[in-house]
Amino acid sequence: MQRHPMTRLALAAATWLLVQGLLLATAGVARAEQRPAAAGEPIRIGVLVPLSGIGAAAGKDATDGWNLWWQRHGRTVAGREIQSFIEDTAGNPDLGLSKARLLVEQRQVHMLVGTVFASVGLAVATYVEQVGIPTFYPIAAADDLTQRHRVPNLMRIAGWSSSQVTHPFGEWVATTTPCRRLVTLAADYAFGHEAVGGFVNTFTDVGGQVLEQIWHPIAETDFSPYLARLAATRPDCVFAMPVGAPIIRFIQAWHDLGLWGRIPLYVGEVVTDQAILRGIDPPDLVVGLISAGHWAEGRDDATTQEFVRLYEDAYRILPSYYAAAMYTAAQWLTRAITAANGRVEDRQAFLQTVRATQLQETPFGPARLDDYNHPIFNVYIREVVKRPDGRAWNVVRHTIPNVSQFYKYDPEAYLRQPVYSRQYQGINWP
Amino acid sequence: MRTAWTWASVAVLGTLGMFAPLYLPAFYLRLLTESLIYAMFAMSIDLLAGYAGLVTLGHAGIFGISAYLVGYLTARLGLPMHVTFPCGVLGAVGASLLFGIMAVRTSGVYFLLITMAQGMIVWGLAFRWTSVTGSENGIRGILRPDALATQQAYYYVILGAFVLVAFLLVRLVRSPFGLSLLGLRENEARLRALGYSVWLHRLLAFLVSGCFAGIAGAFYAFHNNFVSPDAVHFVLSGQGLLMVILGGAGTLVGPVVGAGVFIFLRNVVSLYTDRWPMVLGALFVLTVLLAPQGLVGLARQLLRRWPAGAEPAPVGSTLPYGVVSPQPLDGRNNPAPHQPTNHPGKRRR
Amino acid sequence: MPLTFYLVQAFNGITFGALLFLLASGFTLIFGLMRVVSLTHGAFYLLGGYIGLTALRPLGNFGLAVVAGALAIGLVGVLIERFLLRRVWGQPLAEALLTFGLAFILADAVLMIWGGDPRNVPIPRFLRGSVVAFGLFFPKFRLFTLLLGVGVALFLWWLLACTRVGRIIRAGVDDLEMVAALGINIRAVFTGVFCLGSMLAGLAGVVGGAFLSLYPGADAEILLLGLVVVILGGLGSLEGAVVGSLVVGLLDTFGKAFFPELSYFTIFGPMALVLALRPRGLFGRV
Repeated sequence: MQRHPMTRLALAAATWLLVQGLLLATAGVARAEQRPAAAGEPIRIGVLVPLSGIGAAAGKDATDGWNLWWQRHGRTVAGREIQSFIEDTAGNPDLGLSKARLLVEQRQVHMLVGTVFASVGLAVATYVEQVGIPTFYPIAAADDLTQRHRVPNLMRIAGWSSSQVTHPFGEWVATTTPCRRLVTLAADYAFGHEAVGGFVNTFTDVGGQVLEQIWHPIAETDFSPYLARLAATRPDCVFAMPVGAPIIRFIQAWHDLGLWGRIPLYVGEVVTDQAILRGIDPPDLVVGLISAGHWAEGRDDATTQEFVRLYEDAYRILPSYYAAAMYTAAQWLTRAITAANGRVEDRQAFLQTVRATQLQETPFGPARLDDYNHPIFNVYIREVVKRPDGRAWNVVRHTIPNVSQFYKYDPEAYLRQPVYSRQYQGINWP
Repeated sequence: MRTAWTWASVAVLGTLGMFAPLYLPAFYLRLLTESLIYAMFAMSIDLLAGYAGLVTLGHAGIFGISAYLVGYLTARLGLPMHVTFPCGVLGAVGASLLFGIMAVRTSGVYFLLITMAQGMIVWGLAFRWTSVTGSENGIRGILRPDALATQQAYYYVILGAFVLVAFLLVRLVRSPFGLSLLGLRENEARLRALGYSVWLHRLLAFLVSGCFAGIAGAFYAFHNNFVSPDAVHFVLSGQGLLMVILGGAGTLVGPVVGAGVFIFLRNVVSLYTDRWPMVLGALFVLTVLLAPQGLVGLARQLLRRWPAGAEPAPVGSTLPYGVVSPQPLDGRNNPAPHQPTNHPGKRRR
Repeated sequence: MPLTFYLVQAFNGITFGALLFLLASGFTLIFGLMRVVSLTHGAFYLLGGYIGLTALRPLGNFGLAVVAGALAIGLVGVLIERFLLRRVWGQPLAEALLTFGLAFILADAVLMIWGGDPRNVPIPRFLRGSVVAFGLFFPKFRLFTLLLGVGVALFLWWLLACTRVGRIIRAGVDDLEMVAALGINIRAVFTGVFCLGSMLAGLAGVVGGAFLSLYPGADAEILLLGLVVVILGGLGSLEGAVVGSLVVGLLDTFGKAFFPELSYFTIFGPMALVLALRPRGLFGRV
């Protein structure tokens, strides 16, 4: 026994050496990649998306949308080549942060784009605030990223916030349908709290009443207990927003318990996104569902349909909002880089140019940023319709133009309220 | 001679570690820092799984309690690091006491399952106690004091802490207490008959292990400036255990190597392929088949074949995978063919 | 709340329990005889579900798809037991690392082959909709799952209690050495049991694919629920798996109905409690 510790130390030494050697070797490779930045050099853009693990499907859509823009519109802007460095975050904040640092410190990218999950987006936001690199989030929707905890160099070009689309939706339901007494059912995490908060806030402003709010675990396996409880309270209508895979179970349970057609159902944007619709078999299960969204792949508009057609030709499926957002972000950046004459090294000036960029024709409709780095978009009241080819998609029934993240509220007064949470849903405000 | 060789290695190693910030680019220095933090975490798991024979799948819960406490006190209440850090570790020790009392009555697969249940409860809390934990958005803005703000400065802090933790653990496993843990792992009934309090020994091991996991958790919070429910998820508990087994359970070098390899693979292989989970899975399978005693066991075997470094086969501590002694069904696959076991041996229940 | 509310919730809980039983029975069978905590079981479930989904189109029949999923996973199980698991038998940590590694590989392979969009196995036409009785809705597919669960439970009971193979398995659970000494080829029995357990996972996958839908990550979620079932019921016990499934199904359902904000704790809380009081679960003997 006496000799063991020594042997162990020797082994430790050997393996440590090995690891250091490996690190050194990779470091050498990495060093070789570093070059001084200069005009005429390629513009390097770091893209952070989940390509493995549970977010892989969203990440693939996002990557496809991003690549599609550059394939169709060329990789040279203002005389400089655009290089994309697409890195996998696996939907894990640790790895996302690590990759963000890799892109900024090793690959020397000029800007970062991406992140799908709010947790990754928030982890990366802390870092990019420290280093000041221009960063763009077209997908991550956490309200406070552009509200109470703004990061000056982080912009949500082509992005959205959780409550942005539900603010007008709540008011629309209360004013144009007979529904006055509401029950909400949503995933119990920040995205759910914020989206439902937006709906409930405006719904109660115009005289609606909330009977009950039910929050279910994000990875819910069985919805029937909630639905039985919900049916027992006899609401006029229901606003529901499960996320991800539980959506299919929710829809199935809604049918099985005989609620379809009995209680009007309104759902959040992600519930009828293509990422979900294309996996539902048969699609008739969702035909007729009403939702609100900033993206509507069935919108009768030349730019939208051109993108849908291009995307379908390339990947044989209809585009989800992940794809549309990254495509539009690429469009936005192309415009901004052109306007800045390719000078992306001057970070402040470039951010200013991005902020000033206004787009009239994007797949989403007209878009520009507000004073808080957040886009002002149309919000569409959408209905799921079956296409002649048998697939389901969202067509626009009503358009609410130019909706900001604060909707009709005064931004300063709005920001004095806390962010929507399980405790604060804006029911008594204003 | 071996001693000289050892000290030479330590010197080289120490020098390399000391000067790592001079030759490693920032990103790789960060990876090295992260590896050291996870190495501390994995060593704390190894103390339980490898030495005490208690395989835990809930250690991320204890790690995460510390990280969350540090995060809450630092980012929300604005307390300085020298206050929040000990609070985090204390919280982890308190949680270990609570969990330990529940768990150490059991052993084997039941210990594994009860710790997993505890980890799930912590995760549920992190996920649902929104007003404190921020739900899945987590707590961000856990900033280090200015003196430690740079990656280099923080690396030296972690390096120092790592050396200290490793030293303490080496002393611990060689102490009478550590040896009695090994004894418990190998033959519980015998030690019980000798008058050892099995319960107390295991609880103490749980507490010490929880303390080191808490230290790792607190460093983790300051490392990422951020903590989210992923830091308490049972996936992390599983990964910590995998680092231990990958490197070699029941050795202290094993978890360090395992953590290094795991972090390196996750960060670097994922630069080249999106199929890195498959690579990682294949590595686990190959390790089991080709290096059943972990990478360190494999290195030892190779060293033993090396004529100059010939050394006697180590005893005791290298019995692979503590909990139950291996008795393969098939003589052909038996690493020690002098035991003619063509039929399965009776195993402890 | 009216009585009908309790009725509906009890029905929901029992049928959800039936699905959990399909998964947990295979898991507990494998553990009971082989003492292997098969962490690949969740991945088997997911892979079986996707194979059933793919087989449904050419076969055109839900029943055949279920059989295809079960058979395919049974084959995968045999291969894994025969060529990998056997080498590390009796070493719990090595088994954990091996089955965890295989779960990583299978889950990533599933992602690679079928993509990451959530998909559901379409429910056959005659099982869609609900049976309406006393003004209450009883979904037909849930009734079908319940019948299947009862059928599998009866089959396993018959297998273990009334056949020679069953006697060997039960004897093996109690004393492996003695069984081997009697000249019985215990290794073949091991392979058979692992195959059967895997088939049950595959079967559960196809049914679960219609019940819960398929997506990356479903493997870990269902494995966790399956673990809770067998922990509560007692590892290795068939009665335990039946009772555990029902308890988890009912706890989950009523917990959600009455305390939606506590739904994680309504499962894991009682589990921790049971373990603290009865570390071997309700029916555990080992």
